[in-house]
Amino acid sequence: MSDINYKEVLLKPILKGNPVTVLVLGICSSLAVTVQMEGACVMALSVIIVTGLSSFVASLLRNTIPNRIRIIVQLVIVSLMVILVDQILKAYAYSVSKTLSVYVGLIITNCIVMGRIEAFALGNKPIPSLLDGLANGVGYGLILVVVAFFREILGSGTIFGIRIIPQSFYDAGYMDNGLIILPPMALILLGIIIWIQRSFQKDLQE
Amino acid sequence: MNTNGNTYTVIYSTVLVVLVAAILAFVAMSLQDKQNENIKLETIGKLLGAASQVDTTFTIEEDADVLGLYADNIVAAFFVDGNGEKVQDMNTGKEDKNKIEVTTTSDLKAQNDKFKKLEEGESGLLSELRLPVYIFDIKGHKVTVIPCYGAGLWGPIWGYLALDEDGKTIDGAIFDHKGETPGLGSKIADKPFYGKFHGKTFNMTGEDMFTVAKITAITEPEHSVDAISGATITSQALGKSINLWAKYYKPYLEEAARQAEKTAVSDSTLAAGTMAEPIDSVKTAAADAVETNVNVEE
Repeated sequence: MSDINYKEVLLKPILKGNPVTVLVLGICSSLAVTVQMEGACVMALSVIIVTGLSSFVASLLRNTIPNRIRIIVQLVIVSLMVILVDQILKAYAYSVSKTLSVYVGLIITNCIVMGRIEAFALGNKPIPSLLDGLANGVGYGLILVVVAFFREILGSGTIFGIRIIPQSFYDAGYMDNGLIILPPMALILLGIIIWIQRSFQKDLQE
Repeated sequence: MNTNGNTYTVIYSTVLVVLVAAILAFVAMSLQDKQNENIKLETIGKLLGAASQVDTTFTIEEDADVLGLYADNIVAAFFVDGNGEKVQDMNTGKEDKNKIEVTTTSDLKAQNDKFKKLEEGESGLLSELRLPVYIFDIKGHKVTVIPCYGAGLWGPIWGYLALDEDGKTIDGAIFDHKGETPGLGSKIADKPFYGKFHGKTFNMTGEDMFTVAKITAITEPEHSVDAISGATITSQALGKSINLWAKYYKPYLEEAARQAEKTAVSDSTLAAGTMAEPIDSVKTAAADAVETNVNVEE
């Protein structure tokens, strides 16, 4: 693993090896936080930071971690990062931390973070691990934002809380789709995204 | 080195845990003051937000100096017990706005726990309650702001209700939550929801003083607000917590309303002969009356 193809490390997680649509990791939080664009963006950003930093730290420690307790060590590293990010936001960006409150716990349980440490960071040098973590965060965030876009516009008629569907539509009898706000519709949207992606990338088809 | 031996594993995990704990403790302690300051500022903003809804011309800018605004518009802030007796003053920041005292959600939680014990029949606690009361003067309107607190679906929900001088008409309301479902329960913190409270009243005689229920289940529209679709548990929890808190504030609210009315009536009979519009004079007299009352209490 000495020759790292940086381009592949950076680009693979975004399309060909997207953690959500290809590896099907982090589904739970992509259902929970995609009702509104704002929440999805904040979540995406925090996951990018946390996956990047924890992969970096785990990779620094990779030769010292006892094999039998490596999962718990990874968990400690991830929680440390998440709590640090949360504490700093609470002190210096209070309004952001208010929006983020629910999602902090979700980041720790996000399979992508642990998955990337286990699959990549423990076998690679710190810098590629950092990039891999960041890229996976971006891949995850991308799907989150796409799903949130459709859910917010169809479910509430807004984007970032700003009304997009004009009042005249409502006057003419248009109604927001309440079903799309509920988690099952996020799963269906996710399924559609996976369908579209696989119809373009034939090698992903099973 | 053998990283798989038992001794190494035990030492490694111990060192790691102690190290992480030390880092977290250090960060938490060094940031605590800043965090508490943020929470205090937020609470002050909420109090002002609830009180300011009495007058739509009173707006709070995004980057406003909330401490200064609070100090300028507050008349009195104090604690009452469950019998409606005033027990302790809070610093209103008139002299130094950095010394403003407000109750935060952890204080509200402590009171809420006492309510629970009271509901279970421990009656002795009534005089031990420390319920915050904030009286504001917003462009000549006297409003009393009281909090509420309770358990939502995922975590605590809380809010502030601004009441008119009659102690039962709601002039404004504002709510917040720790982690209700985004897009559903989280809507209690949005204006389209809390705006519905304006003009509603507490039912001072009935079993339930206030309810939040779905529109078809509402029997007394003047004492109820329509719940949020898809957020039944959060809505009901909010209704319940308003009810519970209003119940323990009731002795104080009734007494304050009686005082305001008494002084207003006696003043208006004196003034009625000279004033062309007695109704207006009642209003201003009542406003003055609250002010004098508060001053006397201090």
